[in-house]
Amino acid sequence: MDLLYDTLFNGLAIGSVLVLAALGLAVVFGLMGVINMAHGELMMIGAYTTYVVQNLFKTGPLESLFPIYILIAIPAAFLISGLAGLLLEKTVIRRLYGRPLETLLATWGVSLILQQFVRSVSTAFFVGLLVAVAIGVITPLVSPPALWQKRSSPLLRTGSWVVAGAIGIGLASALGQVMVLDTPWFSARNIDVTAPEWLRESISLGSLNMPTARLFIIALTAVCLLAVNRFLQKSVWGIRIRAVTQNRSMSSCLGIPTEQVDALTFLVGSGLAGVAGAALTLLGPVGPNLGGSYIVDCFMVVVLGGVGKLAGTLVAALGIGVLSFVIGSGSLLVVWPTMPVALNELVTFFATSSMAKVLVFALVVLFLQIRPAGLFPQKGRMVEA
Amino acid sequence: MKRSLQGWILVAALIAVALLLPAVLPPFRLNLLGRFLSLGIAALGVDLIWGYTGMLSLGQGIFFALGGYAVGMYLQLNSLTPGQLPEFFSLYGVKALPAFWQPFTSPLFTLLAIWVIPAVIAGLLGYLVFRNRIKGVYFSILTQAALLVFFNFFNGQQKLINGTNGLKTDTAQLFGMMVGHPDMQRALYWVTLVLVLLAWLLCRQLTRGRFGDALIAIRDDEPRLRFTGYNPTAYKTLVFAIAGGLAGISGALYTVQSGIVSPQYMGVAFSIEMVIWVAVGGRGTLIGAVLGAVLINYAKSLISEQLPETWLFIQGGLFLLVVTALPDGLVGWWRLGGVNHLLAMVGRAPRLATYPDLELDPDRLQESQALSTQASEARPQPGDTP
Amino acid sequence: MSTTSLTQVGAAQAPAPLLELKGVSVNFDGFWALNDLNLCLAPGELRAVIGPNGAGKTTFLDVITGKVRPTRGEVLFKGRSLIGQSEHRIARRGIGRKFQTPRVYQNLTPRRNLEVAVTRNHSPLDLLFGRLSSGLRDRVQHLLAVVGLENQANQLAGGLSHGQKQWLEIAMLVAQDPQLLLVDEPVAGLTDEETERTSDLLRQLAGDHTVLVIEHDMEFIRDLQAPVTVLHEGHVLCEGTMDQVQSDPRVIEVYLGHDHEESAQADGNGKEVI
Repeated sequence: MDLLYDTLFNGLAIGSVLVLAALGLAVVFGLMGVINMAHGELMMIGAYTTYVVQNLFKTGPLESLFPIYILIAIPAAFLISGLAGLLLEKTVIRRLYGRPLETLLATWGVSLILQQFVRSVSTAFFVGLLVAVAIGVITPLVSPPALWQKRSSPLLRTGSWVVAGAIGIGLASALGQVMVLDTPWFSARNIDVTAPEWLRESISLGSLNMPTARLFIIALTAVCLLAVNRFLQKSVWGIRIRAVTQNRSMSSCLGIPTEQVDALTFLVGSGLAGVAGAALTLLGPVGPNLGGSYIVDCFMVVVLGGVGKLAGTLVAALGIGVLSFVIGSGSLLVVWPTMPVALNELVTFFATSSMAKVLVFALVVLFLQIRPAGLFPQKGRMVEA
Repeated sequence: MKRSLQGWILVAALIAVALLLPAVLPPFRLNLLGRFLSLGIAALGVDLIWGYTGMLSLGQGIFFALGGYAVGMYLQLNSLTPGQLPEFFSLYGVKALPAFWQPFTSPLFTLLAIWVIPAVIAGLLGYLVFRNRIKGVYFSILTQAALLVFFNFFNGQQKLINGTNGLKTDTAQLFGMMVGHPDMQRALYWVTLVLVLLAWLLCRQLTRGRFGDALIAIRDDEPRLRFTGYNPTAYKTLVFAIAGGLAGISGALYTVQSGIVSPQYMGVAFSIEMVIWVAVGGRGTLIGAVLGAVLINYAKSLISEQLPETWLFIQGGLFLLVVTALPDGLVGWWRLGGVNHLLAMVGRAPRLATYPDLELDPDRLQESQALSTQASEARPQPGDTP
Repeated sequence: MSTTSLTQVGAAQAPAPLLELKGVSVNFDGFWALNDLNLCLAPGELRAVIGPNGAGKTTFLDVITGKVRPTRGEVLFKGRSLIGQSEHRIARRGIGRKFQTPRVYQNLTPRRNLEVAVTRNHSPLDLLFGRLSSGLRDRVQHLLAVVGLENQANQLAGGLSHGQKQWLEIAMLVAQDPQLLLVDEPVAGLTDEETERTSDLLRQLAGDHTVLVIEHDMEFIRDLQAPVTVLHEGHVLCEGTMDQVQSDPRVIEVYLGHDHEESAQADGNGKEVI
């Protein structure tokens, strides 16, 4: 019996991380029909933000506050990932509105760039990038406007960005001669975030052993879910988001600023990815590839849960999380040692985390044969054909 | 008419180059070219399903790897003396050859398995998805999930298929010669070239007639086609199976030329890369798919040799560039008069009019003016009345 | 005019209707888009369906063509039920549909659009290996001439004007040669002349085919000289000739609301509005 609780608890903890990670994705997907392949990298940004915040608290005047750094890190992760998402929306996704497959490819490109960015970024690199962007943005502002209204302007614009890029690269490689400036900030290695003391203990309840980190994550997920739910149900902007999710053109006609709604949703969704990333640092070391290992699970949650309802995301994520854990850990064998040999072999066959994934995804695909629109489909007449 | 002539000249020129290169390139580079050409076959499949039919599959690596594993298993078995087992089995204490390895002792079976197995699996997967009218990004996500399922399976099964390590083929024997031998590799280059051509002809045949029209109709407006009496599920399943078969052939050729098949072929990134080859070359143009596969991979190998850490930046940038600025890819850009546009920007050529026909033909111009006067006299719509 | 219409109304009560809807209701999440709808179409009949926005006109077509499965009720075509059949099977049984907004395949030429529609055998293998018979190819050429798209026959349909797309889609519907044509707002966005030609075309088609037209343009409906069915809140409000329908107090109320002053004003303004 204890084992059952133990399994459920661990499954719940893993499921909560998935809820956090998929929540932002589901909200964005519901609103814009856009799959953000860079969602995992936004999680990674959240995790690295946590790492940076933690380093700030390790030494210096803030050292005494180290035990509660995580409470600062989570909002910081939300903010930084959210802003990164906002930038992504303003620069890339907005241009591709109504072309979901292209958006998927473009965001994949962004995810590659972000991954390599955290591996490569050093002071020299960063300064070079900053200078290049600054030159690229400022050039059209300070040069005569007539220059930018000619036939050849697109070429000129491309050319100015190429020159800006070249200057940036030149500057970066010049600065790179100095060792200190050339050292990567994070490098390609995994980074280890030290959780504060109170998150490394565990609470025993009878024979059930609950690590506080996992309890914290479950609580954090609950808080986020409640906050998002309240935001969507009660706040003006939340209601606008729901309106646009249901009928974009009608909302637009009614004067809802759909562009701002898109931007805000993307910010919130990306911010939630950041929070998920921050939570992940409590479970183990994180690295540039963090996103890749979660993103497909998140997609499965979105497919299974359907769009437009938080309950769908919650149930689907917990379901996938718990099921993967139960199958992957082979707990069934321990709970029911006397099962028939054939079944025993089958359970053993799937009792690794990767084989559990095989089974769970197969189950999801089977489930979609019965309910193609997911667990909680949106009913009603579709505007689209 | 003119375009098809242009197309043929381009194809002829490319074939001529491909025929000449073996005389010029050192064996290592020729081997690379052979590999990238074989990737072109998979790219043709991606173009069929994405470029023409509008289904973005992120799971073509499944079929690619299946083709590779088929040939890998055959080569493993072919290099053994009777009664021997492939070496890796002994590491995991496997004493007897697993049943599903047995048929791969036959070269004929293997030749079929290379493309039939991936095609059947693709058809089955496709049917399960299409019959439920799952499409768009949902389809993409599901193919990606399927890819991960296959990856995890092949990666985790040491006892069946050597797990992470994959199957090595370069030291295996084929027709009494080592597969990795330069002469063999040269022969494989020719085989690849012929198969690319055949695959191209097949896809051309599929896309230019009424079948191709139906595929484009599915891309443009699938429900509309349904109401015309077509069953898009049949078309999509068939074309997805064909693309799967092509990916299988591609994977087999790639495996024998790179010397190994491993679960890495089912990596998430690799399957998405296939899409970018087609996108850069030009979606909806067959020659673009092959060209894109060869160009991008050559660039990748060159850049990875020199500045490995920049490749991901460049690749990521390519995704962004091709989607935002070059939606028709290189070949599409060329066909749409991209060079003229470029020249026009610097004032070297007349800027193309919006309706070139009208400007060149005075009769048509009058006709269009007549049309526009008609339109301006159009009566107010019922909605205009109070 | 009224006499012909009346005979056609008479024909609708003939013993073997082509299409019959019996007590069809459709529920969307608690909202009844169709509510106990009954309707009969005789073979060869031309029928117009009107109704204010939200009356369920498009849902009504969705039910016939298999896109929406009714919550209750029965749809019979040539005496056999259509319920639960997939769209392409219903289409193959002889029901064609033109959509509210023109839906042509943008990346095919008008000729190829028509070839897709004119094809009789819809299996992939036939499209791969079979050829379009010369009779059908002539038909395509003929239809291109009828809708005046011969000059644009080999340019992509995406570049056509709105009116041309409307006509192309009507031509596609004719090419499909269904027994029952369901035409949703065929003249929206067309010029006067084009509208007239459309109503001529539809009247020509009736007789050999059965045609059901949904339109908002009352002048056009009057031109069709067909019996009119008025839908309101998912059921049939009344049926009759245009004149009968227009003078029916229930119809006036549905279209103009209870405010009689307003209705009198609108009557004075013109006949476009009932």
